[in-house]
This record gives sequence, C-alpha cells and structure tokens, in this order.
Amino acid sequence: MHHFRAPDARRFISASLMIGIAFVIFGASFGVLSVSAGASVAQTCAMSLLVFTGASQMSAVSVLASGGTVASAFGGAVLLSGRNAVYGLAMSPVLKQGSLASRLLGAQWVIDETTAVVSAETDPATRRTAFWISGAILYASWNIGTLLGALVGSSINPSDFGLDSAFPVMFTAMIAPHLRTSTGRKAALFGAVAAVALAPFMPIGLPILVSALGMLFGISPASGEQTVTTDGAP
Amino acid sequence: MSWTFVLALAACAYGLKLLGAVIIGQREMPLVVQRCLLLIPAALLAGLIAKDTFTTGQHYAIDARAAGLAVAVLATWRKLPFVVVIVAGVGTTALIRVFV
Repeated sequence: MHHFRAPDARRFISASLMIGIAFVIFGASFGVLSVSAGASVAQTCAMSLLVFTGASQMSAVSVLASGGTVASAFGGAVLLSGRNAVYGLAMSPVLKQGSLASRLLGAQWVIDETTAVVSAETDPATRRTAFWISGAILYASWNIGTLLGALVGSSINPSDFGLDSAFPVMFTAMIAPHLRTSTGRKAALFGAVAAVALAPFMPIGLPILVSALGMLFGISPASGEQTVTTDGAP
Repeated sequence: MSWTFVLALAACAYGLKLLGAVIIGQREMPLVVQRCLLLIPAALLAGLIAKDTFTTGQHYAIDARAAGLAVAVLATWRKLPFVVVIVAGVGTTALIRVFV
C-alpha cells in the first residue's frame, strides 16, 4: 500500500478515520440488527465483506426483520446498490492505472463515501491516493464494526437499547445528501408516502419496491440541466 | 437468512460496481439511466424510514421510534456529526422506553 506513504496521505488518512468512526458505529448497529433478524454471525460478516454497501445491507435486514419476503428484501437491496454503477463511471479513471487485480479489488470499494472523498480532488495522482486510502480504512472500519455488533447482537434484545430505531436513524443520516435537489426531495416524498399508504394493503416489503418507483422522477431532466443543454430552444 | 441470499446479493452488488467502474468505464451510460439510478436512495431510503418508524408489520404504530426519528431529523438538519445523530436518535428511543 504505497499510497499510505504518498505526500498528501496524512490528510486522507485523518479524513477517512473520521468517517471510519461513524462506519464502526453504523457497522456495529447493522451487525446487532442483522443477527437479531436471524442471520448468523458468519453470514452477517460475509455480507459486510462481500456486499460492502451499507444502505443495501441495512435495507435487506430491515425488510426481513419486519417479516417481508426474501424476494422483496433482495429486490430493494439490489435497487439501492445500482447507484454504485454510476459512481463507478466517475471512479474508472482512478482505477484504470492499476493492474486487473487492483481494478477488481478497487471496484468493491466504490461506494458513496470513497466517491465523495475522491470527487473533492482534481489531480489524478492525488485522486488515486484518496481512493485507496479511504477505501482501505472504510472497508476495515465497516467490517470491524460489523463483527463487534454481530458478536454483541447474539446476547442482547435490540429494542431494550432503542436499537429498533437505529435503521430509520441511520437512513436519515444517509438520505440527507440525496435531498439537495428538488427531484431528490420529490422522489423521497413519493417513497415515504407510498411505503406508509400501501403498508396495510400489500405483503410486507412490497411497498418499499413501489417507493423505488420515485426514481422515475429522473426521466425528465431537472430544470437546471435543461437551461444548460437546450441552448435557448423552446 | 440463507447463504444463497447473502451470496446472491453479494454477486449483484459487486456486479453493479464492476459494471460502472471496469466494464462500462469511460464509455457512455445514458444520462437518463444515471439520473434514475442516483434517485433510488432518496426514494427507497425515505420509504424505509417511513416503514421502520410508522408501521409494525402491516399495521400503523406511533411509538418511541417516532421520537427517535424526530431527534435524528433535527440533528441531521443541524448538520451534527453522524455519531451524534445516531446516539441522539437511538438514545431518545431507549430513554422513552425506560421512562414511559
């Protein structure tokens, strides 16, 4: 990991450690809730190691914990991970420099937070340093947190500690950056209303998939983009 | 939860990362597809928040979780650190359970 010895490595190490602290806590909460939803410690850790995209993992466990079908838990989790494909487009120049093996490993670390850290930089070499350092630290933090949570989760009742509100609380922190645009807010409003309004009438887990249809607000370009691209045409 | 579920989810999640970062790379993905994919978290996370706070199974419920969410929304809106958001939100739910 020569990136840890790069000139501006220290800056990315401290920034990543700050996010890493949150990741340990998020991961631990996920670990507790995953085990109490019926997953084993090994399955819970395998999810964090192999899936490594927090919102999808939490979504899957949340739907299963409330009694939803496996299909709807799976569908929601996969839909949520679709955004990583878009982040990957932006990250591909960063990964292109390395060997195939490093690109295959790097792809696993393409998530919201590494994309955010890299996107704040412009110099290609600095971007690579930012990606590999934040990826390594966040991957470690998320998995350490998960293991700790999964071990503790086997011996406590989550709702005694208010941990049944941990998912909505963590989702609130995670959704904030997605509400900066008006289409984001419309999609969120649609998603929330659909999930609550349809709950009594549909099998558990299905309303969440209807919520996802809020993504269709993306079909028409946002007004800001339109003024850039239409070039004065009506 | 089954191992099939864990491994299938891992394959799909990694496949989507690979699709963007390595397979498509700097070639084109239609803008409309990108916009829709990037809107999924707003729509789905809002749905999950609503479900996890206001329903239990197929029934509506307003309980200590709603208070925890209210505190978390406030803390997020005030741009407090993640750790504070989680501890304040979960702590509120726990305290209400103890005292009410």
